Amino acid sequence: MEIKVLGPGCANCAKMEELATQAVRDLGLDAKVEKISDIKEIMKYTMSTPGLVVNGKLKHSGKPLPSLEKVKELISSEV
Amino acid sequence: MLQEFADYITYAVIGLERGAALADALSFFIYDTIKIFLLLSTIIFMVAVIRSYFSPEKTRRILSHKKEFIGNVLAALLGIVTPFCSCSAVPLFIGFVESGVPLGVTFSFLISSPMVNEIALIMLWGLFGWEVALIYTGTGVLLAIISGIVIGKLKMEKYVQDYVWQMEIGSVEDGQTSLRDRMVYARDYTKELLKKLWLYVVVGVGIGAFIHGYVPVDFVMTYAGPDNPFAVLVAVLIGVPLYSNAAGIIPIVQALVGKGMAMGTVLAFMMATTGLSFPEAVILKNVLKTRLLIVFFGTVAAGIVIVGYLFNAIL
Repeated sequence: MEIKVLGPGCANCAKMEELATQAVRDLGLDAKVEKISDIKEIMKYTMSTPGLVVNGKLKHSGKPLPSLEKVKELISSEV
Repeated sequence: MLQEFADYITYAVIGLERGAALADALSFFIYDTIKIFLLLSTIIFMVAVIRSYFSPEKTRRILSHKKEFIGNVLAALLGIVTPFCSCSAVPLFIGFVESGVPLGVTFSFLISSPMVNEIALIMLWGLFGWEVALIYTGTGVLLAIISGIVIGKLKMEKYVQDYVWQMEIGSVEDGQTSLRDRMVYARDYTKELLKKLWLYVVVGVGIGAFIHGYVPVDFVMTYAGPDNPFAVLVAVLIGVPLYSNAAGIIPIVQALVGKGMAMGTVLAFMMATTGLSFPEAVILKNVLKTRLLIVFFGTVAAGIVIVGYLFNAIL
């Protein structure tokens, strides 16, 4: 499975990446979390960063960040 | 009641002498910190609930292909309630202009959104009263509308980076949100903000309390009082690098006002702090050519300076 964190590189985006990585670890999934900071790539999904994309689907965008529980839920809904 | 509590701690519990500078400063510190935290947590929560009904996507839909003027007015108002992280200024800008939001209207949004924010409003309301908060909101919105119209009239579309017009953008439909989700959102938002702000507030109020207790009136009157014609300009210049620390700055400014800083200068300073920032300029350089960036900054800065002098003259 493929997880992308969208964000040009602010504190919130870094936090989102941490959350996604932690969620994958907690769920024991074999998934790679990829950080996308290229604006062209981000715009394909959303204009509100930070964003979370799981298997090509936008699961979260914008502020405030979801909780770790919510991120786990979002990721497992695509497993 | 809060004042009594602050006095009780200062005089009865700690046992400082009434009228001493230290007691004055401490009582001021306790009173202001508690008041600000009460205001922040309740109002941010309420604002967050309101905000959950808005999203950048929805705002974009409302603004796209709107005529100028009406579009600028709507954009400046929506800027107050649409939640967005300052780091998404670039994707937001692209998303707006790509889907047909006029350039000037986009700028009205980008100007009002950071300037008229709930933190600045709460702090102004709590420390200066609702009249000042209202004046700040009114002038901020007006400034965003006028600056947007000016930029729109200048027909500067060719000074947007070329790639912006060729970008392929995805569209997301809004999901259903239950009331429970909104409450969770509001709670998380409030928590996140308080976590980020508390230290600024404490330090800001601390410095304010020090000024309140120790800095002489003459000193402030000379440099920031109504008789110094350069005070507004200097306030704007100092305000620009202090981006987004409204929570820490307003308590300091409040203490300075108590010592004679002019109200117009205060407004200009606040607006420069929240509305203009170097980091934002650097980020926006990705989508704006230098000329448009300078026009944007110049227009807003000029507007802020005018606001400062105007209010110094009438208040």
